[in-house]
Parts: sequence; structure tokens; C-alpha cells
Amino acid sequence: MREPPGARAAPIAGSRPNWAGFAIPLQESDTMADVVVEQGHTVSAARARKPTSLRNILGRKSTVAFMLTLPLILLVGLLVLYPALYSVHLATLNKSMQKFVALGNFQFLFKRDTFWMVVKQSCIFALTAVFFKALIGFIVAHFVHNIPGKKQRKWRGMLLVPWVIPPAMSTLAWLWLFDPSYSAFNYTLSLFGIGPVNWLGDTFWARFSVILVNVWYGAPFFLIMYLAALKSVPDQLYEAAAIDGANWWQKIWYVTLPMMRNIIAITALFSLIVTFANFDIVRILTSGGPLDKTHLFATWAFKVGIEGSDIPLGASVSLFMVPILAIAAIFILRDVSKRGNEA
Amino acid sequence: MSRKRLTRRQFVAATAMSSAALITAPYVRGAYAAGKVSIGFWDHWVPNANDASTAMVKEWAEKEKVEVSIDYITSNNNKIQLTVAAEAQAKSGHDILQMPTWWPHAYSENLEPVNDVMEPLIKLNGEVNGTTKYLGQVGGKWLAVPATPGSQIKGPCSRIDLMKKHAGIDVQEMYPAGAPAKADNWTMETFLKAAEACHKGGNPFGIGLGETTDSVDTAGAIFQSFGAELVNAKGEVTVKTDAVRQALEYYKKLIAFLPPDAPSWDDASNNKWLISGRGAMILNPPSAWAVAKRDAPQVAEQCWTHGFPAGPKGRFAPFLPYFWGLWSFSKNKEAAKSLLTHLSQPDSIAKFVAASGGYDLPAYANMTTLKTWAEEGPPKGTLYHYPNPNNHQTLSIAASPAPPKIAQQIYFQATLTKMALRFAQGEKMEATLAWAEGECEGFMRS
Repeated sequence: MREPPGARAAPIAGSRPNWAGFAIPLQESDTMADVVVEQGHTVSAARARKPTSLRNILGRKSTVAFMLTLPLILLVGLLVLYPALYSVHLATLNKSMQKFVALGNFQFLFKRDTFWMVVKQSCIFALTAVFFKALIGFIVAHFVHNIPGKKQRKWRGMLLVPWVIPPAMSTLAWLWLFDPSYSAFNYTLSLFGIGPVNWLGDTFWARFSVILVNVWYGAPFFLIMYLAALKSVPDQLYEAAAIDGANWWQKIWYVTLPMMRNIIAITALFSLIVTFANFDIVRILTSGGPLDKTHLFATWAFKVGIEGSDIPLGASVSLFMVPILAIAAIFILRDVSKRGNEA
Repeated sequence: MSRKRLTRRQFVAATAMSSAALITAPYVRGAYAAGKVSIGFWDHWVPNANDASTAMVKEWAEKEKVEVSIDYITSNNNKIQLTVAAEAQAKSGHDILQMPTWWPHAYSENLEPVNDVMEPLIKLNGEVNGTTKYLGQVGGKWLAVPATPGSQIKGPCSRIDLMKKHAGIDVQEMYPAGAPAKADNWTMETFLKAAEACHKGGNPFGIGLGETTDSVDTAGAIFQSFGAELVNAKGEVTVKTDAVRQALEYYKKLIAFLPPDAPSWDDASNNKWLISGRGAMILNPPSAWAVAKRDAPQVAEQCWTHGFPAGPKGRFAPFLPYFWGLWSFSKNKEAAKSLLTHLSQPDSIAKFVAASGGYDLPAYANMTTLKTWAEEGPPKGTLYHYPNPNNHQTLSIAASPAPPKIAQQIYFQATLTKMALRFAQGEKMEATLAWAEGECEGFMRS
């Protein structure tokens, strides 16, 4: 409903604005001015005075909100927007960064077999890892959800450990487990007469290893999000389903999943973005090898841009992620907002 | 009272003197009269080696009245390369920055020519080796000054006992301490036979087939010993040649005798292989031996660093020099050049070598017989042949003689090891060559 004119007038003399933008009277000790407040409408002698436009602007709810978010906007602008725009600029230069080549770097990349291999591998890596992270997160969230009170807190804490350890550190521990010559896994397998498995030297196992570590690292994020979503599903729905004779699978399919759809979509999108841009796991475990078969956009961009001193080409490789992720984001967010409207 | 008249000549003289006094006033030698210089050194892995660099710089700073700031930048995770790239982009940072192998060429547009430093140094210390010229010069112009700290040869480091036991080769006899090498029979064929024997004996050679520098450097030396070049000095792609085919055939035979997980090795894997006592040989600077002295002394006292085997086209050993680059945007170039000259004096070089336990290598011909290499041990004399004292082998870098900006791509994309691995894993020779040709054509972009 529209507010009546003057209802959100700028603060007037003898009053101070509250958060809603309305004037509230000052204490008598503050001022001797005669101020009357009547159902949010300020009536006073000062009413006739024309408020200054600056005060008007500063008093608005949206202005306060903007001022509060300004530090974050500046930070995002400085640390995200500027580097992003700068990388777009870099991607339009030639190798020695002295000539503008427009989309020349992308034209060059599209002709390179290795580039398309990296695109394929990044998709395999991200989609497989996100699928398993979501699946494991979903299953474990159900287990944790069914643990009673205090014990659940302990389990939640323990299961979050992989996610809170800095990935570069935990990946180093995985590197020792997969170590080419002294693998702890191979030692354990050898006790059962299995192996040795060439974890990082064989294409299949190297891809398996980097995906495994990513799933190990990222599954707790899904777990905690799904757990929160599970807690918000009303018990009455399950009770109603039980009365209707639904089995456990039907409860999941017809109650849990529809109630969690939005959170599943959002977590999948966020995770997809982060997984596509992964760098540390592959860099530490395989450096992209064997034979480039585990390179992702970020690791190959680093190889080309920093190690190969071809920064424009490296920038182009990393920017190629943007359209892929933008398309995924549009589809997922459109679906979320559609369901939001339906609700 | 008579008033002395100022002549025109007196006036000109007085003006000139006052102007000179005004101009030179700021350069009157105070504590830091000659301004400031900042230098970024590679952070040495040898404990206390950085202290020697600091002491030398301070000694110079006090003498020259210059305020110096020193940073030590690690090469772990390419931090030093990232620093070079960032400073070149920002046109700001250190005056002098230590940079590895290919970086002087990569950032040649941002480096101050240092011929005036190098020419007197070459007269003093002797000629520099070909790889240093290839990496440090463009069109006769020196881009940077060869740095002793960090420069290294990645030659064989053999186990004396295991080589005798499995292959019947006495590496100490072949490369005697204090005397020229007697290694005419130390050829690629002998090397292959020794690799086979040690593999059968349960102590395979530890040669990586990964994408990091140790693997690439070994492949480079083997390819060069067959005369195999992917791109020649003129920048023409020369992948499909008999020399390249021979090198690949040789590598395929060698790979059969290497550890099966060698494709996933990084630069630490071969060190661990030697120190654990599992391998009869690795191709590495004496860092693995130095660590073994601390962690596995029984292994260290059986290690002997020596020259590379010779192929049909010669005996090549991988040499990786570091350089000190002087940025063109430096604000105190003269002082920086003076510091570079100081750090390259024979005394300074000897101090660098001693502080690193013989690991650091000068690029100059007269500086390869310092007493550190003769005396380091155990066993005594193990490093005698490390600096190539008798010019027994050609010091080279993988992917040379291709123009450095192309060679850098071949090097960091590990094209040589990838070719060897693809072919050894069953890909047809022509398919491997076609793949490599496509890669090299991609590296030509400017």
C-alpha cells in the first residue's frame, strides 16, 4: 500500500529518524520543541518547513542499506570486478601483451586439441564430483538427521572436518596416501594381495583420485546444507504420507525431494562453480598429468599463463569457464525462481 | 674606498662552481648517500645459505654507502616466477630480481641490458657456457647476469655399490676425484644396459616421466645426445626427423626398466627414490645426496655425482642457470650494477659455492675447480665432477636450440616426456610425431 504523502517525510527539527524512516519525538530533556506524533504521522510547527534533499536521501531506508553494504561493494569491486575486467582486457592482447588481438586468443584455442581435452576433462571432473558430493551429502544428511540430539552435534562437527581444513593442506596428506612409490593405500592393499595401483600415474586412476579428493573435501558442504533443509521439512508431511501407506522411498521421492528441490539446485550450482574453478587438488596431486589427462581450466591456465609466460592465453583459458557457468547458472536459477513463484 | 670590479670571467667561474656545488651536494657521502637498492634472491633450500648472500650484500652496502633491502623468494609453487610476472606487469618492485632459466627472455622488454657488467666479468672469470649465453642474451645483448645461487647441473648421482653389484660399473674409476674423466665407454648403450641390470637386480634407475623439470631435463639431454630437435634454432618445426625417431625408440627401451609409477613422479620423487635406498641412480643435482647425508648417511656415503652418458651426437648434461635481472624501471641502476658486479667477483662466487655445500654452480669457465667440490664428502670427491671441471660434457637445456620463447613452451608443456610416454605406452610413432608437431606449431605464437 502506498504511504500517504508526508508519512515518510524527512526528519524534522526536534526529531530523529528511526529505522523505518519515521520521525519519533525526542525526549523533553533533549529539546523543548513541541512535537506531536499521531499514528506515525508527525505533526508539528516544523512541518511546513521544506526538508533539504540531502536529508531526504540520507533518511531513506534504501540509502541506509546502501551505505551499510558499501564496504562490501567496494571490496567486491576491488577484488573481484577489477581482476575480472582486467583478465578480459588481458585476454584481448597478444602473447607479448603489446598488441590488441580481439578474440584472436580464443580463435587460437579453439584449434588446439589440448584445449578441447581440458574442456572435456573439466566437465567430467565437475559433473562427476558434484553428483557424488550431492549423493553422499544427501545420504549422510539423512543418517545424521536420525541421530538423536547431543550425539548429532558431535557427528556434525566430525563430518565437517574435511571442509574446514585448508584444501592445500589436506591434499598434501592425500598426496602421501597416493604417493607413487610409498603409497599407504598400496601398502594396505598389499596386505590383501591386491595392487599396487598406480594411483597418479595411470589416466583412469589419476582422474579417479582427483575426483575422490574433491568429493571428500566438498561432501560436508552438501551434508550441512541438506541437513538444514531436512530439518525444515514439517513432520506432518511424513505422518500424512505414512497414513497414506507410503514406503521410505516414496517418502523421499514425494516429500523430501520436492521440499528440498531449491536447496539442492542452489548447492549444486554453487558447488559446480567452485568445482569447475578448482586448482589446488589437481595442482598438488598430478600437476595435470599423466599426459595432461587431469588438467582443468585453472591448472592449464596456470601452466600456459605463468609457467609458459603467455599470460593473455592463460587469461583466455580461464575466461572460457564463464559462459559455461553462466549458462548453468541461468538454467538453475530460472528453475528455482519458477518454483518460488509456484509456491 | 675602492670597489673591486667583478670581471665577466670571474662571474662565469663563480657561477659554474656554485652550480657544481649545488648539483653535487645531495651526493655528499652520508650513511646512505648513494640511495637505495632492493634485491630479491631465490630462497635457498640449503640451511644458512641465505646468510652468505646477506653478508655479501651488506658488505657491499657499507662500502658503497647504499641502503639495501633483501627479500628471499621461494621457488616452491612457482612463487618466484609469479613475482617476476607481477613486477613486470606493475613496472614496480625490486631493482634486481633473481629469475630462473627462461625468464630473462620472457621479460626481455622489461630488463635493462647489462653488457657493461658482463664484459668485465667475463674477462675476470672466464667465458660463460653456451646455455648461459642462449638463455641470457638476445642479439648480443646481455639481458641479465648469471647468478651462482641456484644454478645447477642435473647429472647422474649413482650408488657406487649398486652400480658395481648389478651393472659391473665402477663409477669412481670412470670419474676419479681430482682427475679427468675416463668415460669413453660411458655411452647411451652402456647406460641402457646398466638400467636393465639394475632393474633386474631390484634397484631401478629413478628417472621420472612426469611434467616437472627433472623429468623434462633428463629427456632434453637424451634427445640432444641423439641430435633430436623439435624446433631448430631458426624456429622451424623439425619433429619428423630420424634423430627424433631414434631418441623415441631409445626412450621406449629405457622406460621398460624404470619404476612403473614414473609417469606420476614429481621433482621430489627421484630424491626420495635415492634416499630410501631403492634406486641405483637418479639424475639430479647433489641435493638428494645432501639430504641423504642427514637422513640416510649409509646411502650418502655410497653416492657419486658424475657425467652424463654420450649419445651418437655427443655428451650433453642438463644445466639450469639462474640469473639476476635488473628491471628497466629500476630507480638506481648504477648502484644495482655495482652490486651485481660485487656478487660475481671470484671471492663472492667461492662464498656462494661454499655456503651451499657445492650445490650452486657459477657459469664461468675459470670457476669450476673450487676447493669446495674437491673436498665435499662423504665420500670425499663425490662432487668433484659435478661442475664439469674438464668440459667433459656439453651443458645444455631441454628444447634448445629453439628460439627461447618457443623452447620455453616445449619445456613447460613437457612435450619431450609426453612424446616418450605416448610412444612407450603403445601409440604409433607417426601418431606421436604428428601430435608433437601440432603442439610445436601452437607454440609459435608471438
